[in-house]
Amino acid sequence: MVDSPRTQAAPPTARPARDRRWREWRAALFLIAPFTLAFLALFVYPAARVVQLSFTDATLTGGGSPVGFDNYARLVRDPMFWKSLWNTGYFVLLTVAPNTFLGLALALMVVRLKRLRAPVMAAFFLPYILPVSVVTLVWNWILNANFGVARQFLNTGVAPLNDPTWAMPTIALVTIWWTVGFNLLLFVAALQNIPTSYYEAASLDGASSLQAFRAISWPLIWPVTALVLTLQLISQLKIFAQVYLMTGGGPFNSTIVMLQYMYEIAFQRFDSGYAAAVAMVMFLVILLLSVGQFTLLNRRGAR
Amino acid sequence: MMRRRDIPGAIGTAFTLALAAVWLFPLFWAVATSLKTEMQTLADPPVWFPWPLTFDAYVHVFTNSALLRWYLNSVVTSVAITVLVLALCIPCAYALSQLRFPGRNLLFWTFLAAFMVPFEALIVPLFMMMNDLGQVNTYVGIVLPQLIVVITIVIFKQFFDQVPRELRDAATIDGAGEFRILRSIYLPTNAGIVWALAIVTYIAAWNNFFWPFLITTSTDMMTIPVGITQVQDAYGIAFARTMTVAVLAALPVVVAYLVFQRRITEGIMLTSGLKG
Repeated sequence: MVDSPRTQAAPPTARPARDRRWREWRAALFLIAPFTLAFLALFVYPAARVVQLSFTDATLTGGGSPVGFDNYARLVRDPMFWKSLWNTGYFVLLTVAPNTFLGLALALMVVRLKRLRAPVMAAFFLPYILPVSVVTLVWNWILNANFGVARQFLNTGVAPLNDPTWAMPTIALVTIWWTVGFNLLLFVAALQNIPTSYYEAASLDGASSLQAFRAISWPLIWPVTALVLTLQLISQLKIFAQVYLMTGGGPFNSTIVMLQYMYEIAFQRFDSGYAAAVAMVMFLVILLLSVGQFTLLNRRGAR
Repeated sequence: MMRRRDIPGAIGTAFTLALAAVWLFPLFWAVATSLKTEMQTLADPPVWFPWPLTFDAYVHVFTNSALLRWYLNSVVTSVAITVLVLALCIPCAYALSQLRFPGRNLLFWTFLAAFMVPFEALIVPLFMMMNDLGQVNTYVGIVLPQLIVVITIVIFKQFFDQVPRELRDAATIDGAGEFRILRSIYLPTNAGIVWALAIVTYIAAWNNFFWPFLITTSTDMMTIPVGITQVQDAYGIAFARTMTVAVLAALPVVVAYLVFQRRITEGIMLTSGLKG
């Protein structure tokens, strides 16, 4: 090294190691402080507050006094809560597996394409980047009972969204239309990661496409399949917007979901305490189901 | 390059293309509707291709609705959120990755644990907090709760971990401070990641419906996703106008997608836990 003022300063190892450590701690403190403070204020505190509120009868503007487990007892006896839980579960059944496997099916079709691959993927992915309210505006128009273009393709008298039997499946369909592109993207990436030599070897051995899929593709993309299923489960348990904007929870409460019920309790009845209890239960449901599913899928994959 | 006619392949491709066309139909229909006269939108049988194109609905929406105000609100809040999320997360991720300090692992695991708690579970205390601070129906109220995006820290930390140690050691010997090292070494080598996450954060902020829906109480403070929900009632059966609003609300993100397609795809892969 050329003689320069810097190299003539005492080399770092000569300074006490403790001094260096203090500097590192101080630098770290400055770097982590902003986010950590925001995290404490906007996450930890609200999380603790939800727990606390659930044991009080507070209103949306605060106040309230401790009521023990009253809110939870009320929740257990609340038929609307159970209805919303049931509807959420139904919605999950209608969307999680179908959306995932449709994404996989589309991916298998898309990877065969060469020049057309990019535009076709863009076509399926485009809905995903739209805000949910654009999606519901467009579909509400298509499904409009009196003037919507869907009437040309359906023979029923009652519009799907006004029919208690078909409302939820319709919302599920719209949700799948909206979000399958995300799953498609992940599956295409996963399939592209499999070396083509595997497939070549398989076809040399006389394997059919189906056999190749079962022996090569399916096992190798299993981690992504498990991931997509888990992400889907967590997302769909938290659904609110599509239901609220397409049916408002109707007709006859056939589509009201957990989050919408919580919203109504908090922002229409101004009952923070009870809403917090519902939030706690919702959190536990999401936690248990997603951890449960994840464990189940991982164990299957290990087979 | 096909030696033989690949009939099954051709059928498969045709089927895929047809499916893609079907998938795009709702968007096509929205645009077509927006370019019709109100009478045409109600026609039975439906008018599949409006001609001549009618821009009446667009004129009306631009001059008579709060759309421009909603654009402004969306831009302000989305930019604020993107800048702040990056400004908060990047230094924190760097410290977690490169520096040793007491509580480092505990902090990281706490952040990871936060993944288990959905934002939706916290809306009641968050709203009450914003109310106490007098920030209901304000930009601050819209922006603040959307800043806690833990995945951004996790991703940056992963990439910072992979930067060769020699670069940092050389800089430290030269007497550079941590911030300088971050700025001149770690960020430039991960510029692609920064861009990918910036765009994905921006789009997520722009598209966010739930929180802005809860926190805004007057039309003039609404962001685009929230504001446009009002037009369905306001316009009634003026479907050309309703679809015009939908098209105009979608336009910014669609344009952003067409321009930044690769970065967006990369960002989405990263935030799903898959290396791009």
